[in-house]
This record gives sequence, C-alpha cells and structure tokens, in this order.
Amino acid sequence: MYILTAIVSLTTLGLILGFLLGIAARYLKVESNPIVDELEALMPGSQCGQCGYPGCRPAAEALAAGEAPPTLCPPGGSSLAEQLAKLLGVEIDLNDVQDPELLVARVSEDTCIGCTRCFKVCPTDAIVGAPKQIHAVISDACIGCKKCIAVCPTECLQMHPVEVTLRNWRWPKPAVAEGVATC
Amino acid sequence: MLSLSTLLKEPRIRGGVHAEEHKASTSSQPIVVDFPLPKKLYIPLQQHVGKAAEPVVRVGDHVLKGQLLAHSQGMISAPVHASSSGVIIDIDDYPAPHPSALPIRTVVLETDGEDKWISAPPVDDPFQLAPEEVSLRVGAAGIVGLGGAAFPSAVKLNLGRENRIHTLLINGGECEPYLTCDDRLMQERAAGIIDGIRLMLHGMETGQAIVGIEDNKPEAYAAMRKAGLPYPFIKVEQVPTRYPMGWDRQLIRYLIGREVPAGGRSADVGVIMHNVGTAYAVHRAVRFNQPLVSRIVTVSGGAVASPMNIEVPIGTLISELFAFCGVDQTAAKRIIMGGPMMGDALPHSRLPIVKASSGILALTQEEIRNKAQQPCIRCAQCVSACPAGLLPLEMANRIRNNQLDAAVDIGLKDCISCGSCSYVCPSNIPLVQYFKYASGELAARQQAQHKSEHTRRLMDERNARMDRIKKQQQEEEQARLAAKAERERLQSEQGTLA
Repeated sequence: MYILTAIVSLTTLGLILGFLLGIAARYLKVESNPIVDELEALMPGSQCGQCGYPGCRPAAEALAAGEAPPTLCPPGGSSLAEQLAKLLGVEIDLNDVQDPELLVARVSEDTCIGCTRCFKVCPTDAIVGAPKQIHAVISDACIGCKKCIAVCPTECLQMHPVEVTLRNWRWPKPAVAEGVATC
Repeated sequence: MLSLSTLLKEPRIRGGVHAEEHKASTSSQPIVVDFPLPKKLYIPLQQHVGKAAEPVVRVGDHVLKGQLLAHSQGMISAPVHASSSGVIIDIDDYPAPHPSALPIRTVVLETDGEDKWISAPPVDDPFQLAPEEVSLRVGAAGIVGLGGAAFPSAVKLNLGRENRIHTLLINGGECEPYLTCDDRLMQERAAGIIDGIRLMLHGMETGQAIVGIEDNKPEAYAAMRKAGLPYPFIKVEQVPTRYPMGWDRQLIRYLIGREVPAGGRSADVGVIMHNVGTAYAVHRAVRFNQPLVSRIVTVSGGAVASPMNIEVPIGTLISELFAFCGVDQTAAKRIIMGGPMMGDALPHSRLPIVKASSGILALTQEEIRNKAQQPCIRCAQCVSACPAGLLPLEMANRIRNNQLDAAVDIGLKDCISCGSCSYVCPSNIPLVQYFKYASGELAARQQAQHKSEHTRRLMDERNARMDRIKKQQQEEEQARLAAKAERERLQSEQGTLA
C-alpha cells in the first residue's frame, strides 16, 4: 500500500513539475542575441578552438558581448576580422593585425602507423587513409586546427607553412621609405 | 567650325604618358628567323590564363614539331604543342618565367635537330569551314592573346559569336617602349595578318574590322594599308602614339567613340580586340594547320650588344637568347619579360620564353629609375596620367593604411596596372606597386572566403555523414534486438510445444 502511494504521488509530482517546466521553457524563453547568429554564420564553423573559446558559437557570443576583439579567429584571418568589425560596427586597425602564418598539417610517411585516429577527429575530412595504411592530408581542405596533432601517437603529423605556389603568390606591399611622411 | 566641333567633342584619349620609345634599335632590322635550335626546350604547361594543360605524352616519347603535348582542361584553357621534334626527357616542376620564379609544371624536350613538322594537311579554303570550326581550330592550335595577356583566343572568338559584336578591333598599337615585335610582324607579314583578321571575322560572324596602329610606325601602317586594300571591311587606322594606347578601352574610345562601362567588358559595346600577333597565329593555324609553337620576341635594352627581333620556339631559355644577342651580364641590372611599363622583372635568365613573352629586356643601371621615394606633393600628375580616370594618390593612401575596401570604393578594380602614374610621379612613389599589392590582397581574401565556404560545406557533409552513421547503427541495434526477441519467442514457443 505504502509503495503504491509513493509511486502515485511521485509520478503526479513529476508530471506536474514537468508540465510547469514545459510552460516555463516556452513562455520564459531567453532570447538569444540575433547578432550572435549572424556572427556565427560568418565564422568558419569548424569549432577548432584556436581562438581560445570552445567553439564558434561561444566565440560569437564573446564577440557580441564585446569581450573579444574581431581579430580573434586565426583561420578567418584579416578578411574575416574586417567582416566581423563591419557587422559589429567597430573600427579596427588592421595595421597591427599580424596575419598569422597559415599552417597546414602534413603526415610524415616514415612514422605514420596507420592508426586512423587523426582522420576521425579531423573536422573537415582533410585526412584520408585506412587502417594500417599511411595517411595523407589534403592541404587545400586543412584548416590548421591541430586536432590531429593532439591525437597522433607517433608525432608523425606536423604543422608546416602553406607552400607558396604561383597560384597563391602575391606582390608584397611596397615599403614606405624612411623619413618620408605619409600624407 | 571644325575646331569648334573638336573642342566640343569628348577627348578621344584619356590620360596616358609619352615615354621615351627606345624602338629605333630594333624596328629597322628584319626579324631573325635562323636562330639556332636550342638543345633543350622547357615548355611550361600553363602559358595562358585559366587552367593548366594536362600532359598526354610521357617521358621517353619521341614527338614531332607541332605534336600535342598537353590538352586543355575546362572552359578556359589552352593546349600546348611541341615546339620542335625530339624526345621528352622530363615532365616536372621547373622555374616559371614569373617575378617569383616559382616552380611550374614543364615538359622538357630534347631536340633532335631535324625540326620535323608533324604532317597536317593545309586547308584549301578555310572560308568554307563553319564559324564554330574556325574557333575550334584556333583553340586546338593553342592560340592565346600574344600581346601579353595570354587569354585563350578561341574563348574570345566564341564570345564574339554569342554576343552581338559589330567590330573586331586589331591592336597594332604596341605602345610599350622598346618592343617592336608587332611592328616588324606588320612590316614583313602584313598579308598573313590580314588573312588572319578575315578568318577571325569569319569565326566571329562579325562584319568589320579596324586595325589601330600608332603613328610612330609609318612603315607598318603603309604595309598593312596595302595588304588590307582589297578588303573594304578591314580598315587600317593610325592612332596617336601615347601609352597605353594598346589598352582595349583606350582604342575603343579613340576609334569607335564608345566608353566601356566600369566593371564591364569591351563586348558590352559590341567590340572585341585581338592583337596583330594573334591574328597572324590564327592565319597559320587555320590555313596551314600549324599550332602556335614559336613567337617573335624583341630582345632589347641597354645591356644588349645587338638588339633584334627573333622568331624563337616556345620554351627557349632566355639565357640562350642573351648569348645570341650578346648581353653583357654584368651591365644587365634588370631582366624584364614584356615591356618596361607592364612587364615583369625576372630574377634570372634561366627561364623559358612562353607564348606571352613579347619582349625580353636587359636594362642597365641608367635605364632603371631607382630614385629615393619622397613625400607626395599632391601635384596630381598621376591623376591626369591615369587612363582609367582614377585618383592614384588617393588610392595609394588608402592602401598604405590597409583600407582596401575604401580603395575599392574609389575604383581600385578599374585600375589596369599600366604604370602611367608611377612613371610620371615626381616623388617616385611606387603607386602601381601599391595597386598590384592591393589587387593581390583582394584576390587572396576572395580565396580565403572561398576556402571558408568550402570548409563549411565539408563540415556540414561530415556532420551529415556522422548522423547517418549513428542512425544506421541505431537501426542495426534495434534490428538486432528485435531479432533477438523474435528468436527468444520462437525458442519459448518451441519449449512449450515440446
């Protein structure tokens, strides 16, 4: 008898509280800042964590709250910084922004044991391979998030600067001669 | 009355500069055609705007002159042919004729000295060919814009057929100082050029052509005029000598009187322009079935003992041209491919001649202006020199302060990097260098944008795949559980039956 009472009362309690919670979730919903969605849409979305936040969404929230500068995203580079600053309506001085050297992962074929761990964590499927086969990185798809570096048991994955080819070679910015006042 | 009307008319030329010509040393000598065949030819697989060609030959293959080495890929591309007969000894990365001399995929051909053409029957009457067939043949011959832009010519011919083009403009301006390859070509092979123009008109289904020749080339003008006389639909006109007269918009403005809108193309006003060299290559390709395997190169500059125009096979190393023309290596302080205004400085001479190499200049210290940069005095000479009607000083200021978008707002994208502004600047400000840097930077940003879109797509695909796998696993698990339950049920039924 006691058992039955306990079951019935607890079930009723659960149902009522659940119902209340359901109503609260609907009517007392905390609106998310719409700018966060827009900022997130601009970001690479690879959740790589290079900015120091756990993912692109938290980074966008920090940006919207003004806790992080628009230059926080290394894979996005200065072009993303400019877009973010435009959206947020803040001035940024790109003179001081050092575009970080872009890095891509590369597999050293001597030490790869084909453990498949790296391509399981790669957010963009940039690593190809099969068990006990040497893996390879498709550098065009690599975003330099270094997730694979962390899981590689033999340290065969290493970051290298992006190779300069005729396709990505650019003219350097002319140096301003010393003593010349810029107008 | 006449003067009034000319006063009221829009100026027919905007901006530009009159640079020292330096053409006299080469313009009076005939084109040298007996250049000794090099032992090795380095033929890059990308000598054109667009996608690189894909090789169809292997190392060790014996090829004949004019044989296809690599076929074009995609819509905008051009094939590459063997410039002489011989054996393919390597297909690998070699330094490109580019300011960076970065590696480019190159076919190395060891010549056998016979220079034997692949047998290809000439066409009896190319005007019987369908217009599409003409552009197909031009494309198959690997012809690209020989003025230096290296845009695949067949694509432009097709564009001509698809858009209503009323005039084919032929650029015989050759406004760059030093260069005389087009001048000599017009003087010596005018009939071939006119035939090429007629073939192009046929291929584009266009009614008339106008050839514009700068008035510093009277012999070329006379020769072209004479060759074009039997064809009333080909007009040969003289244009003033003023750099950059060879810019299509400048020629259109002068000869047709139309302004191409900013951001538009010359086809928007019904005009397409080709170079005289391209017209000659079309003549050779369509009439004689000969692909583009050689070109006329002006070798000039203060460090060249005997400057001249030479017809050389594509893939010849610049160093061999220098040896032939007697270049003083110590006096040559700068090597330039193309003209001095828009050409590229090359780091060394062990680089091949490609389809777009109109000239190779070896300049001495005196010819290179290398004065110290001084502050802008806002004299606005660059503004009056800009043929595109832009404000170079303002654009450079913005770019120096990394405000690229602001520079784009005032017309950076209409800059053609002609270098007129840098040429006239009394303070030696490297204006055009700023614009080249900014254009590259904008392109890099666009690439970065593409990459981030690409990344997002890859992520979405990966997430979708992960979800699918998870769902599949769940379904399998459920199926397994269901099967197990079924088995147990059957077993219990059997148990009760027993």
